[in-house]
Amino acid sequence: MATHESHKKRSGLMDWLTTVDHKKIGILYLLAGGFFFLIGGLEAILMRIQLMEPDSKIFTGELYNQLLTMHGTTMIFLAAMPIIFGFMNAILPLQIGARDVAFPFVNAVGFWLFFFGGLLLNLSWFLGGAPEAGWTAYAPLSTVAEDTGVDFYVLGLQIAGAGTLAGGINFLVTVINMRAPGMTFMRMPLFTWASFVTSGLILFAFPALTVGIFLLMFERVFDANFFNADMGGNVLIWEHIFWIFGHPEVYILILPAFGIISEIVSTFSSKRLFGYSAMVFATVLIGFLGFMVWVHHMFTVGLGPVANSIFAVATMAIAIPTGVKIFNWIFTMWGGQIRFTTAMLFAVGFIPTFVMGGVTGVMLSVPAADYQYHDSYFVVAHFHYVIVGGLILGLFAGLYYWYPRMFNRVLNETLGKWNFWLFFIGFHLTFFPQHWLGLMGMPRRVYTYMSGQELDGANFVSTIGAILMGAGTIVLLINIIISASSKYATTKDPWDGRTLEWAMPVPTPEYNFAQTPLVRGLDALYVEKAAGNGEMTPAEPVGEIHMPNGSILPFIMSLGLFISGFGFIYANWIVAGAGLGLVLITMFLRSVIDDHGYHIHKEEVEADIKGGRA
Amino acid sequence: MNAGERLTDANFPAHPEKATLEGKNKFVGFWLFLGGETVLFATLFGTYLGLRNMHLDGPSGEELFSLPLVFLATMLLLTSSLTSVYAVLSLKQNKVRSLQGWFIVTLLLGLGFLGLEIYEFIHYVHEGHTFTSSAFGSAFYTLVGFHGGHVLFGILWISTLLARNWNRGITLANAPKYYLFALYWHFVDVVWVFIFTVVYLMGKVG
Repeated sequence: MATHESHKKRSGLMDWLTTVDHKKIGILYLLAGGFFFLIGGLEAILMRIQLMEPDSKIFTGELYNQLLTMHGTTMIFLAAMPIIFGFMNAILPLQIGARDVAFPFVNAVGFWLFFFGGLLLNLSWFLGGAPEAGWTAYAPLSTVAEDTGVDFYVLGLQIAGAGTLAGGINFLVTVINMRAPGMTFMRMPLFTWASFVTSGLILFAFPALTVGIFLLMFERVFDANFFNADMGGNVLIWEHIFWIFGHPEVYILILPAFGIISEIVSTFSSKRLFGYSAMVFATVLIGFLGFMVWVHHMFTVGLGPVANSIFAVATMAIAIPTGVKIFNWIFTMWGGQIRFTTAMLFAVGFIPTFVMGGVTGVMLSVPAADYQYHDSYFVVAHFHYVIVGGLILGLFAGLYYWYPRMFNRVLNETLGKWNFWLFFIGFHLTFFPQHWLGLMGMPRRVYTYMSGQELDGANFVSTIGAILMGAGTIVLLINIIISASSKYATTKDPWDGRTLEWAMPVPTPEYNFAQTPLVRGLDALYVEKAAGNGEMTPAEPVGEIHMPNGSILPFIMSLGLFISGFGFIYANWIVAGAGLGLVLITMFLRSVIDDHGYHIHKEEVEADIKGGRA
Repeated sequence: MNAGERLTDANFPAHPEKATLEGKNKFVGFWLFLGGETVLFATLFGTYLGLRNMHLDGPSGEELFSLPLVFLATMLLLTSSLTSVYAVLSLKQNKVRSLQGWFIVTLLLGLGFLGLEIYEFIHYVHEGHTFTSSAFGSAFYTLVGFHGGHVLFGILWISTLLARNWNRGITLANAPKYYLFALYWHFVDVVWVFIFTVVYLMGKVG
């Protein structure tokens, strides 16, 4: 059954539509996530243009609300998370010495679900208007909105969320079952650890969102009464469910950035990460505590002093493991031979910026004080410091660091430094003044303010900063375009790396490792370099390699859900049923068609090794 | 050995469901998936507990629920869990016909449960307890309906699985699939035990 002949080599577009290779899926995630990042960034700049001057009338009322909602939703679900998934796909299996993820087919399903979910959500702009109830979609704002915007939010996120959940399970199993010989848990690189914990958070947080969105969908499409007070419903149920998902979500976002920073600080300081086991413990603890702090988003709801105090203390406790990480990064650099590459600049810029976001986080965790800060620009400043100043700087760092492994090119360092300084200065110009705007009473989510309230200057500076951030991003795009020229072709290990993803030739062979490597310590590649070997010791002889077949089914399955999404949005049950039918048919086909993959013969692997391709 | 090859008593491994890497991955992945499903149902239970007394002018749970009917449904589902255990025992002994027989009994009991649930829902709608009549109605049908949907999916799953592998014996490729279905079925059963307690028993006396 598992014959070599059953394998079809596809090329061009068909190859990308049918691929189940984690490296290609990683690139797809990165491209799609990058695209949505540009859209979300554009929405942010449009909002800042509206707020540049008092009493401005460029994007007002409902349109502003749509920009605001779509900026938040796009950046969280369609930009940040997919880019994280891009790195996890491209790098995690390499870091643990695996040939692929545990479920390559499911991996492709996950990507296409995210892609079609994001597409559906963004099509709302052209089909009657985007959602306008905020990315948190609080009821009853989201239940009474009469146009179809919120329906696009509901269906788009439901489809994309299912893909995320599939990805989370996939990475968990990959790490549990597919580590190379010798790669014990306490030898895993910190990015892999962070991805592992993040995947656990996804597994236990996303089902809550799934249910919340189902309830909202039932309320809007089938006239249910969960959040309708007239019929005995309770709007607080939405808030609880949303934040039971939503708070772990912010750790889903930041933990991978912590992992990326740990890799980069260690590599470019030419030192082993300081306090490795403390770092692992802190990561797990942050993930654990992340589930018991959701009420700090709801301090002003009036749950009472006991509930508020418990959640306040739990929130403050998270500062401890986070502080451990900050000190460990600093101690890693201490006494190291630091190379200030662009990746390292982003990592070093990350540390103080994230600390500032953390400090305002502790301020917000005090319920009595939170009554003052709540729903003001102070909150906006806080979460942009942790998400942009934390996560996005981390993602930029990761992009410059892993670009050679993913695309076989290095990015230009001069342009990279322009990218960093423009973005970094722009970021602080944008969000630092917003702390004061908030303390002076400027509410968030409001599309204008009056002159003569001393809000003009800070708002103007903030808009200038946003434009600088946009300019920094454009420099990155130029850099990517230039890198496509072969001038910057890379060697296999451009940064003198310490971990396994730098142990293969470029381009990475489709089976990753011709022979599964034997891991003999933390920083597996560095251990071999220090021992004078230069490359990994194989754990097995050269042999046949089993590979999964590509398949178009993941694409069609997700397309089916995309179609049914339109059916539910426009209450057309034939279309909804047809879309779901397509999903069931593809699931049925997947289960009745035997597909045991194919084998790459020993001779081909040997030829690759001889030719320097593996 | 080829994963699609029929196993004989001579080469039968102790744990055919975990004898290949693919089987091990499925085993771990499915347990994790059930962890996520637990959160899904926990959220639905939480919503139901928050809204279960909000029946407005419509009938309350105490007036609606008929314990003998629900008891019968519970017995059907619990028994089907037992028969799926027998099927897994047959799997471990390489007795494919016995496995098929026990899974068919499981399937029929599941269908019986589903029939009773549909009858129950129709009855409630006639009593004025509908999806849109109150917050209690919405929460009740969503929680119990999600469970019913899981039973239905399980029935479709095992039907396809049995039909596809009818003449193939037990192989390293299909053993994990049978095993995973049994895991799923037990999970659906455990959720029902909670529904029986939280919805029906607490509805009657709580």
